[in-house]
Amino acid sequence: MDTRTETIEALEAMAARMRRSLLDMALAAGAHSSHFGGGLSVIDITATLFGAVMQINKADPQCPDRDRFILSKGHGCLGYYTALHEVGFLSRDELLSFEKTDSFLYGHPVMKRDKGIEFSSGSLGMGLSLGIGTSVAGKRQGKDYRTFVIIGDGESNEGSVWEAAMAAPNMGLDNLTVILDRNKHQQTGSNEDIMPLHDAAAKFRAFGWDVAEIDGHDIGALFDTLSPRRENGTPLAVVAHTLKGKGFSFSEDDNSWHHKVLTQKQYDAALEELAGGTQA
Amino acid sequence: MILDKRKAVGLSRIGSRAAYGMTLFELAEQYDDLMVLAADTSTSAGLDRFRKTYPEKYLETGIAEQNALGIAAGLASEGMRVALSTFAPFQTMRCCEQIKVNLGYMQHKVLFTGLASGVVLGTLGYTHCCIEDLALMRAIPNITVLSPADCGETAKAVKAALDHHESVYLRLTGGAPNPPLYTEDYDFEIGKSVTLREGKDVALIATGSMVHASLTAAELLAESGIEASVINMHTIKPLDAEAVRQAAATHTLIVSVEEHTVLGGLGSAVAEAKAMMRQAAPHLILGITDSYAKAGDYADILDHYGLTAEKIALKATDTLAAL
Repeated sequence: MDTRTETIEALEAMAARMRRSLLDMALAAGAHSSHFGGGLSVIDITATLFGAVMQINKADPQCPDRDRFILSKGHGCLGYYTALHEVGFLSRDELLSFEKTDSFLYGHPVMKRDKGIEFSSGSLGMGLSLGIGTSVAGKRQGKDYRTFVIIGDGESNEGSVWEAAMAAPNMGLDNLTVILDRNKHQQTGSNEDIMPLHDAAAKFRAFGWDVAEIDGHDIGALFDTLSPRRENGTPLAVVAHTLKGKGFSFSEDDNSWHHKVLTQKQYDAALEELAGGTQA
Repeated sequence: MILDKRKAVGLSRIGSRAAYGMTLFELAEQYDDLMVLAADTSTSAGLDRFRKTYPEKYLETGIAEQNALGIAAGLASEGMRVALSTFAPFQTMRCCEQIKVNLGYMQHKVLFTGLASGVVLGTLGYTHCCIEDLALMRAIPNITVLSPADCGETAKAVKAALDHHESVYLRLTGGAPNPPLYTEDYDFEIGKSVTLREGKDVALIATGSMVHASLTAAELLAESGIEASVINMHTIKPLDAEAVRQAAATHTLIVSVEEHTVLGGLGSAVAEAKAMMRQAAPHLILGITDSYAKAGDYADILDHYGLTAEKIALKATDTLAAL
């Protein structure tokens, strides 16, 4: 096997472990409920970023040379915390403290840099602007780190997303990549029903971004698209077509799992699916 | 930032906005990590020379204040010293939630400056006036709120804010020229008010443009035998509560004066500071009375709301007489 194949297989195994951790966290949240669907739509993206693409110092979450990560759609945090567990920044006990009183793992990320949580998010439409800030700082200070921002398609109802989308290509930010989790749903329905986004790739292209459009659950495609360092002065927007609730037959593409309690019965069924490798 | 008479008079001539930009220009060499942002407001903020001289320390973010605030926070999160400015309503209200999340909640440290706050742009209508910013910014944790009284104090506030440990909202009021209060150097300390004049009858506690008007009002009061203290409350948060309580304990009447709505600004802060006092002087709150008046010249709008030296003195006199 070549290195790329090995890397991708390792990432797929990592994503499967993250789904297992996600189930444990969703169950631990109990009646508090969790953003199950959106966590699962980003989880292959975060696995690829944290498992292979981003420069991370596992001994030092705040290493100055690390690549920066911003989960702008903060409700996707189950896909974030489980990745931080994989790289060793969060313990299993910490994962299972999710949404408990006095835990630092809230239902939306709250900045805690010594644990790898770079920024607080949850209020939508703010992360890409922060990412422009870290990217401009990198350029002005002559640093090599890259910044990766994940935004949602529901989140892209927010006008501030498009303020940032308009600005970034004018600032020479080839160190900035935004990944749009195009799961085609938002809180109370499909994008089509609530606020259609139409051709997201064309929108970013029109603002001056380089654009890639891929399957957001194809780890090979994610790895190939996100890995190369870029030096053309232009930021990259990746439209990642995903499924909300991806990975479990009962939740996949079912928007009732936007924020929902996971029962023990569903948990058990999901574990069986994971063990059998029978992803829907 | 040393102030002398020549500098004070020079700055007062150009007004607080230009004083802000000129101060950043003068400080640019001192701070390697400085980043100055403008939202298509570089000339409005006196930053044209800065923009041309220090392009590596300047970033144009266009007319998009929410994004500008986020970029500022992102830069700050990387250890850069960030100064952002635009007209006060857009600097505070348009991006209010970005201020809360990025500067208040996450505590990324940014100096953000509201240009032409109050009613100085009254002829442009109330979209361009800002009578709500003190109330809004004061309500957000981890934000210091400054409201300098003149252009020299603006310069000192900019320097102090760049060195401060948390984000600062700098509220600029007054026109150009702007009457200078301070013509020699003094200590500007965030959170420490300055007593400009002492008298036993009434304490005028004022901020921003209203400090000068209150000083003149104190002179008018003296002519009719009423002795007034004048306190420059240049920091709205954290408020110099001790100075307020001292004033309330030692005067017959205290009067707060602000070019801002009477709800939630200096008057409210002063009232909060003295709320638990067993014996405090009554408190008259002068400011803009919860309304958007007709557009007009700066002086006419101030007169409409009773925010001239003559009307401040008259209100204080009448209130004292009625006690």
